Amino acid sequence: MSTVKQDTRTRDILGTSALRPDGVAKVMGSFSFSSDMWAENMLWGATLRSPHPYARIISIDTTAALLISGVSAVITAQDVPGKATYGLISADQPVFASEFVRYMGEPVAAVAADHPETCRRALAAIIVNYEVLTPIVDPELAMLVTTEQIHPDGNLIRHQKIICGDPHISGDITVEGHYTIGMQDQAFLGLEAAMAFPDSGGNGVELHIATQWLHEDRGQIAACLKLPEDNVRLVLGGVGGAFGAREDISLQVHCCLLALRTGRPIKMQYSREESFFGHVHRHPAQIWMKHHATQEGKIVKVESRMVFDGGAYTSTSPAVLINGITHTQGPYQCDNAVVDGYAVRTNNPPCGAMRGFGVVQACFAHESQMDKLAQACGLSPVEVRLINAMHTGDKLITGQVMESVAPVERCIRETDAIPMPEPLAANANVLEFPGGSGRTADRQNIVRGIGWGVSMKNLMYSEGFDDYATARCTLSNGIASLKFATAEVGQGFVTLAPQIARSVLGVDDVVLETSDTQIGSAGSTSASRQTWMSGGAVDGACRLVRERLFEHVGKLHNIDPIRLMIEHTDVIDTIGTFRISVTEATQGITLSETFEHHHRKTEDLDANGQGNCHVAFAFVAHRAVVDVDIELGLVKVVQIATAQDVGRVLNPLSAIGQIEGGIAQGLGLAVMEEIIMDNGRVKNPSFTDYLLPTALDAPRVVAVMIEEPEPQAPLGAKGIGEPPCISVTPAIVAAIRAATGKALSRVPVRPQDICL
Amino acid sequence: MSNSIGNEMYTLRINGQDRSVKDAWVGESLLYVLRERLELPGAKGACEQGECGSCTVLMDGDAVCSCLVMAATAVGADIVTVEGLIEKDPSMASTAEVITSQITDVQQAFIEEGGVQCGFCTPGLIVAVHHLLDKNPDPTELQVKESISGNICRCTGYGRIFAAVEAVVQVRKASR
Amino acid sequence: MTVAVPLSLTEAFDELSRTPEARLIQGGTDLMVEINFNHVKPVDVIALRRIKELRTWQVNSNNTITIGSGVPYQEMELGQLKELLPALAEAARTVGSPQIRAAGTLGGNLGTCSPAGDGLPVLFALDAIVHLQSAVTSRDLSIHEFMLGVKRNARNANEIITGVTVPVLDGWQGYAKVGVRNAMVISVASACLAVDKANNSVRIALGAVGPTIIRCRDAESWLEQQIDLAVATSIDMTMAKEFGRRVALESKPIDDHRSTAEYRRHAVGVLAQRLITRAYSS
Repeated sequence: MSTVKQDTRTRDILGTSALRPDGVAKVMGSFSFSSDMWAENMLWGATLRSPHPYARIISIDTTAALLISGVSAVITAQDVPGKATYGLISADQPVFASEFVRYMGEPVAAVAADHPETCRRALAAIIVNYEVLTPIVDPELAMLVTTEQIHPDGNLIRHQKIICGDPHISGDITVEGHYTIGMQDQAFLGLEAAMAFPDSGGNGVELHIATQWLHEDRGQIAACLKLPEDNVRLVLGGVGGAFGAREDISLQVHCCLLALRTGRPIKMQYSREESFFGHVHRHPAQIWMKHHATQEGKIVKVESRMVFDGGAYTSTSPAVLINGITHTQGPYQCDNAVVDGYAVRTNNPPCGAMRGFGVVQACFAHESQMDKLAQACGLSPVEVRLINAMHTGDKLITGQVMESVAPVERCIRETDAIPMPEPLAANANVLEFPGGSGRTADRQNIVRGIGWGVSMKNLMYSEGFDDYATARCTLSNGIASLKFATAEVGQGFVTLAPQIARSVLGVDDVVLETSDTQIGSAGSTSASRQTWMSGGAVDGACRLVRERLFEHVGKLHNIDPIRLMIEHTDVIDTIGTFRISVTEATQGITLSETFEHHHRKTEDLDANGQGNCHVAFAFVAHRAVVDVDIELGLVKVVQIATAQDVGRVLNPLSAIGQIEGGIAQGLGLAVMEEIIMDNGRVKNPSFTDYLLPTALDAPRVVAVMIEEPEPQAPLGAKGIGEPPCISVTPAIVAAIRAATGKALSRVPVRPQDICL
Repeated sequence: MSNSIGNEMYTLRINGQDRSVKDAWVGESLLYVLRERLELPGAKGACEQGECGSCTVLMDGDAVCSCLVMAATAVGADIVTVEGLIEKDPSMASTAEVITSQITDVQQAFIEEGGVQCGFCTPGLIVAVHHLLDKNPDPTELQVKESISGNICRCTGYGRIFAAVEAVVQVRKASR
Repeated sequence: MTVAVPLSLTEAFDELSRTPEARLIQGGTDLMVEINFNHVKPVDVIALRRIKELRTWQVNSNNTITIGSGVPYQEMELGQLKELLPALAEAARTVGSPQIRAAGTLGGNLGTCSPAGDGLPVLFALDAIVHLQSAVTSRDLSIHEFMLGVKRNARNANEIITGVTVPVLDGWQGYAKVGVRNAMVISVASACLAVDKANNSVRIALGAVGPTIIRCRDAESWLEQQIDLAVATSIDMTMAKEFGRRVALESKPIDDHRSTAEYRRHAVGVLAQRLITRAYSS
C-alpha cells in the first residue's frame, strides 16, 4: 500500500490526521476481508457443534455424511495428529470434543464439501449420540469442592487474593453493594473466516486468517497439527473488527486440518449465529464491594469479592481476573485492601478477552460504590472523586507504585468543564425522546439524570508476560518500507506506522508489507498496546535505519554523523550548510533494520496479591446525561462528556474514532447488550435479539484529550482503545439512578429494572 | 407471459449491465449471488437477517438489504451496488476493476472524516448515504440518523460517519 | 425448485395452480430470513413484487381506503396515506429499518401473522377487512377472523392476500411501540388506539402481548360509558389511568428472552393511558 501525500507542505507525520491507507479500498468495497477470499479448486468447510451445554459423547457416526456426493472429508477428535487441546494460557480446550461437550456450541466435527449447502447436509448427516448431563451454570456452586468437576483441571480456574496494608482497619463510613455484570459480546461485524492452503506433500500449510495475534495462533495451530512452526505460515486477512473475540482460536485448526486432509484450499466462514457460539465473550461477574471511608469521604479501605464466570474453558480467565481485582480501587488512593477473586469454570460459554478485560466489571462496581460513598458523606459525585483521586507516585493495593502519568484530577475537572447539553425541548422531535420512533413517551414522562464514572486501565500484558513487538524498516530510493505482524483490526495501526516513518526518516512515501509470520511477533492487538509496542518497534527500526543513513551520508560527505538530523524531507548538517534530500541520499542503496520493542519487566503477584504486575496505566473520566421515561424504563443517552489521558495525540482523527467507538460499546453494556443464558443455553444468538447501538442510539460525544506525555511510552502516547468503554458504563447507570432514584446494581439495565 | 425460473440461467441488471447467473440454487439471496457468482464482493454479510445493513444495495431506487432479496426474483429490477456508484468509463469491464481516482464525494468524505475503521459496514453505509442525499440533499441531523439507523457500525460509534455526511452536504450545497 | 415472477394476478394464479405448494414472497423480509437460516427450504416460490395491482392503494367512495398487499411500509409513512391513516403511518415508521421499510408490506405482516407484526394492531383497531383471492374465488374476511394464532391465519393455500380495506375514521388515532433501542426492534409491546366519533366508540388493539393481536373490548366499552367520546375535549388522569389498568388486564403476555410478562402487562397499561390522554388533550 502506497501512502504518498501529494502536498508535501503538510506532511502526514505524527500529530496529523493522516488518512487511512486502506481507506479507498474500504469505501469502494474492494478491500479484501478474510470472508472475501476465493481460491481455485477450493472447498468449503463447516463445523458441527454441540446442541447441549453438558453431555457425554457416547458415539459419533460419520459414515452417512461421508457418502453424500460432494463431501470430501469429515473429521473429528481422532483426526487431530498433534496436541488434542489448545488455549492461550492453559491448553485445556479440545480441538474437537471427544469424551464430553462442555458448552452449547462446542465443536464436535468438521466437514469439507463443494458448496456451503452440501456442508449443511453433511453436518446434518453426522450422528452424535449424547448422554445429556445436567449443566453446572452457577459459579458459586461450581466452585465448591463437593460439586462435580466438569473438567480434569477442575472447576476453579484461578483464585487470587490481595491483602494490602491493615486488613482489619475500618472507616467511620462504610458503603457496600453487590453488583452484577451480564455477558457482553464483542459482535465484530466481520464474521470469522479463513482460507487454508495445504503445501503439496502435506508438511505445511498457509493460513490466511482474520485474527489478533498471528504468532500466538501459529504456535497453537502447529502444536495441534504436529508440524514445525516454520511450516505453518500465517498471513493476516482483512479483519472486520475484533474487540478481543479473535484472540482465541476459533476456526484456525479446523480449517488447516481439512486442508491437509483433502489436499485442497479450504474456506471456512461463520454465520452470525455460529459466530455467537464460535468465540469467547466478556466474563459475566458477581462483585461484592465494601468501602470504608472517613467522615470527609476519604477512602480508608476497600474490600471486595469478585467471581468471574469463565465458562467451559480457561481462555484468558486467569489474566482477566487479575485485571479485575488489581483495579478494585479504581483511580483512587487506597492504602488498605482485602480482595478475593475467583475465576470459575462452568458449562456456560467460554469467556475471555473483550475490550476492557476485567476492568469493565471492576469499574462498574467501584464507580457505583463511589456514588454511594458520596451520598453517605454528603458529597457530590465529583467531589468524592476529586478527594480520592490518585496521583503519580501513589502506591497501588498491589504494592506497585503508580509511575505512569496519572492526571485523574485533571480528567475529572476537564470533563466537568464541558458544557451540559440543552434541556430537552417540549417540542423536540420524537426521535430525541427515549423510545424514539416508537412514540412511547410524552415530554412530561421524561426525567433527565447526570452520572459520573472515572477509571484506570492497565496497558500491555501483565504478570511477567513479555509481549514484545517486532518491526523491520527498509529505506531505499526515498521510499520507506515497513514490515510487521501487527494485526490491523480497524484501529488504525496501518495509518500510524507510516506516520512514524515519515517523522523519523523524512520520507513521504511509505509502503506497508504484508502482515504475516515471516517476521517476529508483534503481540496481540489488544490491551491498548499496539501504539506503544508496535509503534515502539516501528519507531525503533526507523531510528536504527536513520542512524545508518547518517553514517552513510556522513561518510560520503565527510561529516561527523552526530551533526546530522532530519529536517522536513532532508538530511541536514546542524552546524554547517550541507543539505541533501533523503531521496537523493538513498538513491541506489538499501538500509534495513529490525527492532524488537520490549516493555519493562513485570512480576507475578504473590499469595497476597503483591507485585509490580502491570506495565503502565491510562485514565479517563466520563459524564453521562440521560433522559429516562420513568414509567416505561426506556433510556436515551443524550451526551457523553469525557476527558481522556492519552499522553500524546498521534492522529486526532484516529483518536476520536477510538473514543467514540469505545463509548458506543460501553453504552451497549449499560442499556442493551447481553447474551441471555438459560441453564447453559444461549437464548439470543442473533442481531434481532442481541442489540447493538444504532445511529439513533448514539449520544453526542464531547471529548477532551489530555496530553501529558508518558515518559515510559516510546512515542509519549498511551494506549487509547480501552479506556473509552470502561467508565462510561457506570456513568450511564449513575445517570439513570439520578433520574429514577432506583438502586440499579446490574448491567445491562433493563426497562423492568427501572420501572417495576 | 410469466418467467418461471428453474435451475437455469437468469439475468439480473446490475450497475447498468445485464449479468447472467448460471447453475444457481434459486433460493440464494441477492447478497450471495453478488458475492459468490458475480464477483461483486462489495456488499458484505454480517447477519443474514436484515439487522445490520452491511449488505445494502439499491434496487429500483430503494435502499434494501440484499440478504433479504431472493436473487431469482430480482429479475427486471435495476440493482446498484457500491461498485456501481463510482463514475466509471462504461466501456470498462464490469466487475472488480475499478478506478481508484474516481471515488465519489461520499466515499472521499468517509475517508477524510475518519468514518472508516475496520470498513466492514462501510460499503452498505456508502450506498445508504448516497440514497439519502439523492432523495434529500439537505437532511437534518435526525433525518441523517434515521436514514442510516439500519446500518450497524461497531467500530466508530457513528460520530465520524455523521461528520462525513455533514461534510458532503455542505460541499454539495456550496457548489450549487 | 422453481421461482416464478408473474406480472399480474392472473399469471400468479396460473403459477399457483401449477405449483400449489409454492411459497409466496413479497418483500422477503420474513421468508428470506427463514431460508438464510435453513429453517425453510421452499420447493417452489412465487414472487409477487412485479404485480402492479398489489402495489397500489385507493380511497374509496364510502370513506374507506384499500391498500394493496404489496404497498411497502415506506409509502404508508407519507402523503395522503399518512394524513388519512396517521396510526398506520406511525406504525410503519417503527418497522425495522429504512431498508426493511422499503421492502416490507402489510401483506407480509398478514402472511406471517406474528403477534409482534407492527402493522397488525392498526388493522385490528380499524376492524380491517382482509381481501383474499384465488383463481376462482374472492372473499373478504374480517381481520379478527383472519388471524388465528401465533403465525397462523385463515388463508387457504390457493389464495393470495390482495389487500386490506380500512375505514377512515373521524377521530384521533395513534400508535406506540416499546423497544429497548431506538431503531430496528422487535416489539416488546405495542398498542394502537383509534377514536370513532361517529359511533361514539374507541378501539384499542395490543401487539406482542398474546397469541394474537388483542382488542380490549371490555376496556373499550367501559370507557365508552365513562365519557362521551365524540365530544369530550379532555380526559382526567384518573380515568386515563383506569383505562390503562383495564387494558392491561386484557393482555395475555408471556415471559421470553426479550422481556417479561410482568413488564409487558405494565407497558401496555402505560401505553393505553398515554394514548387516550393524547387523544383527549386539547
